[in-house]
Amino acid sequence: MMLEQWIDVFLLGFLAVISIAVLRIRDVFTAVMLFGIYSLTSASLFMVLDAADVAFTEAAVGAGISTILMLATLSLTGRKEKALLKKRVAILPLLVVTVTGATLVYGIRDLPPFGAADNPVHTHVAPRYIHQSAEEIDVPNLVTAVLASYRGFDTLGEVVVIFTAGVGVLLLIGRRRRREKNANE
Amino acid sequence: MSDHLILRIVGKFLIPYIMLFALYVQFHGDFGPGGGFQAGVIFASAFVIHTLLFGLESTLRIAPPSVLKVIAASGVLLYAGVGVASLFAGGNFLDYDVLAADPIAGQHIGIILVEFGVGLTVTSVMMLLFFTFAGRGEPA
Repeated sequence: MMLEQWIDVFLLGFLAVISIAVLRIRDVFTAVMLFGIYSLTSASLFMVLDAADVAFTEAAVGAGISTILMLATLSLTGRKEKALLKKRVAILPLLVVTVTGATLVYGIRDLPPFGAADNPVHTHVAPRYIHQSAEEIDVPNLVTAVLASYRGFDTLGEVVVIFTAGVGVLLLIGRRRRREKNANE
Repeated sequence: MSDHLILRIVGKFLIPYIMLFALYVQFHGDFGPGGGFQAGVIFASAFVIHTLLFGLESTLRIAPPSVLKVIAASGVLLYAGVGVASLFAGGNFLDYDVLAADPIAGQHIGIILVEFGVGLTVTSVMMLLFFTFAGRGEPA
């Protein structure tokens, strides 16, 4: 195997180990930190795939700000997960997960080979972006050209989603202090 | 964290550089990796560090939530406004070609403005989220 494939195997294996650790750990603080490491490992994977912009976003948003937001939430809720009263093996969920997983693995056989140049994803609009964006938009970073111009409407939607998330959080828990103040008056 | 002298001094030094890096990521996104989303998160993290070092009250004095709410909305409005402007200039919604006499220049203007709108909204929403969660932990 080539070095790059070894790096992939190492990083993906690391992701699997972290996921299992997150599942088994009862200390929520540790789980949040492990999620941060998970995001950072994903960012490294995106970097191996030469997707610098995605890796940047994953490192800044996934490993950075969402870890901080989770920790801020934890400071309100406490760090220990409630222990289950009795452990029992649930047959039906196990069956559903196994069947779904097996179906997905079976479906992999129909996927085009990973990274092949004539895959459908590379033959639709990507050639136009690659060949025409220098004349049409003339921005050196192709990702920015696609994100902000060709797919500007999608990005507008993303910004609205973030704005809506902020509005939602503020509506749910942002007004409480004012009400308490009013109650005191 | 007011007892940790080293953390406080180092953090204080880092904050302006984090902001500068965020601005670089914002306005250099046309040329290298980055753009409004990443820049917004990085800029907000400078204020998160400020909160951790100096307490929520002093950060809220610099960045009052009432102002942040206006900035969050104005980012979305700037983005959509660029789209409406291109409608009035005779193009399709968010078709930057018509924003200037030269289509390439129009594209550049459109992308810079739109990314700036993204940066404004992401920065202020991230800060608002953090302040809201951090504020509930403290006795009112």
